[in-house]
Amino acid sequence: MSTGTYSPRPGAAPVGRMIAAQAALETRMLLRNGEQLLLTVVIPSLLLVLFSTVDVVDTGAEKAVDFLAPGVLALAVMSTAFTGQAIATGFERRYGVLKRLGASPLPRWALMTAKTLSVLVTEVFQIALLTVIAFALGWSPQGGPLPVALLLVLGTAAFSGLGLLMAGTLRAEATLAAANLVFLLLLVGGGVVVPLEKFPDAARGVLELLPISALSGGLRDVLQGGAGMPWGDALVLAVWAVLGLGAAARFFRWE
Amino acid sequence: MREKSVDTAVRVRGLVKRYGNRTAVDGLDLDVRTGTVTAVLGPNGAGKTTTVETCEGYRRADAGTVRVLGLDPVADAAALRPRIGVMLQSGGVYSGARAEEMLRHMAKLHAHPLDVDALIERLGLGSCGRTAYRRLSGGQQQRLALALAVVGRPELVFLDEPTAGLDPQARRATWDLVRELRADGVTTVLTTHFMQEAEELADDVAIVDAGRVVAQGSPEELCRGGAENTLRFTGRPGLDLGSLLKALPDGTAAAELTPGTYRISGDVDPQLLATVTTWCAQHGVMPEGIAVERHTLEDVFMELTGKELRG
Repeated sequence: MSTGTYSPRPGAAPVGRMIAAQAALETRMLLRNGEQLLLTVVIPSLLLVLFSTVDVVDTGAEKAVDFLAPGVLALAVMSTAFTGQAIATGFERRYGVLKRLGASPLPRWALMTAKTLSVLVTEVFQIALLTVIAFALGWSPQGGPLPVALLLVLGTAAFSGLGLLMAGTLRAEATLAAANLVFLLLLVGGGVVVPLEKFPDAARGVLELLPISALSGGLRDVLQGGAGMPWGDALVLAVWAVLGLGAAARFFRWE
Repeated sequence: MREKSVDTAVRVRGLVKRYGNRTAVDGLDLDVRTGTVTAVLGPNGAGKTTTVETCEGYRRADAGTVRVLGLDPVADAAALRPRIGVMLQSGGVYSGARAEEMLRHMAKLHAHPLDVDALIERLGLGSCGRTAYRRLSGGQQQRLALALAVVGRPELVFLDEPTAGLDPQARRATWDLVRELRADGVTTVLTTHFMQEAEELADDVAIVDAGRVVAQGSPEELCRGGAENTLRFTGRPGLDLGSLLKALPDGTAAAELTPGTYRISGDVDPQLLATVTTWCAQHGVMPEGIAVERHTLEDVFMELTGKELRG
């Protein structure tokens, strides 16, 4: 037995440790990225404060914050699971990070698990911050936590699938542009700050099927209306999740 | 046969890989003995990277067999990946990650990694520990990629052009590390288009051209081919080599490599040297920089492929 510095002693770390390390690294990368923070923290917070305190849009609610808080929570999920994840993963693919990790002991499923954990951890930060801001603005949420949690998880799955599909099929620059554009369009047309009732009936029927509308509408039914489980919205999100994740699994290119 | 699988770290037979209409690798055979350094030498586009990436499990062979540490790189990827170290030609690191952070992360993915601090020190990466990857110089990025390839204490490392773009000092440091890996029993496969790199480091050299191995052996074996030596000199361009060859023994070759640069190869002995200088004197040619050289890998490559290697 030679015992030099570099004498081979190969082996993978326990998979749990690998996933924890990968999730921690991905989360650090996200929090270090200024543009990502703008998207995930600054924009939702500003929208919540601005639209709650200035009468820009008639929300139809007694207190604007009761209408806005659920919408902004939905926006936060979209910003992290869809826009942020699509852009970050697109550039990881472009810079060969996914390729390099593919030759490491970390299995692909473990990498995807770590990415999901990183998204969930970021969402917990976002939701905590936005909840504090909303309470400061006089928010009085209704409903129970369980339907809210289920909607958030389904929304995360739906947006992750779409984000990864984009990141794994388009060029990184195209993903950057498209993910931001979609974010903006869904922010306006997805019932986040503008009630869907403001749109013509024909458009509204389509808009209601968007994942952002289902998430913001579902959260609003519970948190503003005190509903139980909004099954219709949950079903829309579940369909998007199955389609998006399925397509991503099928078409994602690692290089 | 069992013996063979123990002694052979990489065994490639009849590898074919096509991209659309283009055949990148065209029936390539390669053997890498355990514990040695093998250089895959060839010009850009010869199929070096495709071959190595097939061994790493990135690409599926269109035909032929590939066995790495006795495993199929695609089917047995989960078992193989912890045992190999990979240095890509470029990239592979989060643009916002710091060198030290990325290296510590890669260490965490392995069961018995090297000491990260010592490795950083060894590769002179101490000064860039806190710098984001995208702000590192090309040489620093290369050294980090090398560190990432070895930190997991692999049995076998694949280095794709490990010193491309490095200054001479950094190149030496990389060479020293490869020698240390070899001394400690790590098998190394490296691709290069630097002749000197292959000559300095490799136990075995596989010369690749147009997707095939055109020669494989130790640098000495390859250079011994025909026991020839080379005589080089420069003079005015366009000398009548036919007339020179008439004065030289059979089996001698003469070529004008670039205008005014001449190479005579064959059994270069004192008599032949005298004949050449006499011929030059008769033709009013001053043979500048005349030198008798050992047959180099570059010559071997040129004879095998008719091409100049970029050096």
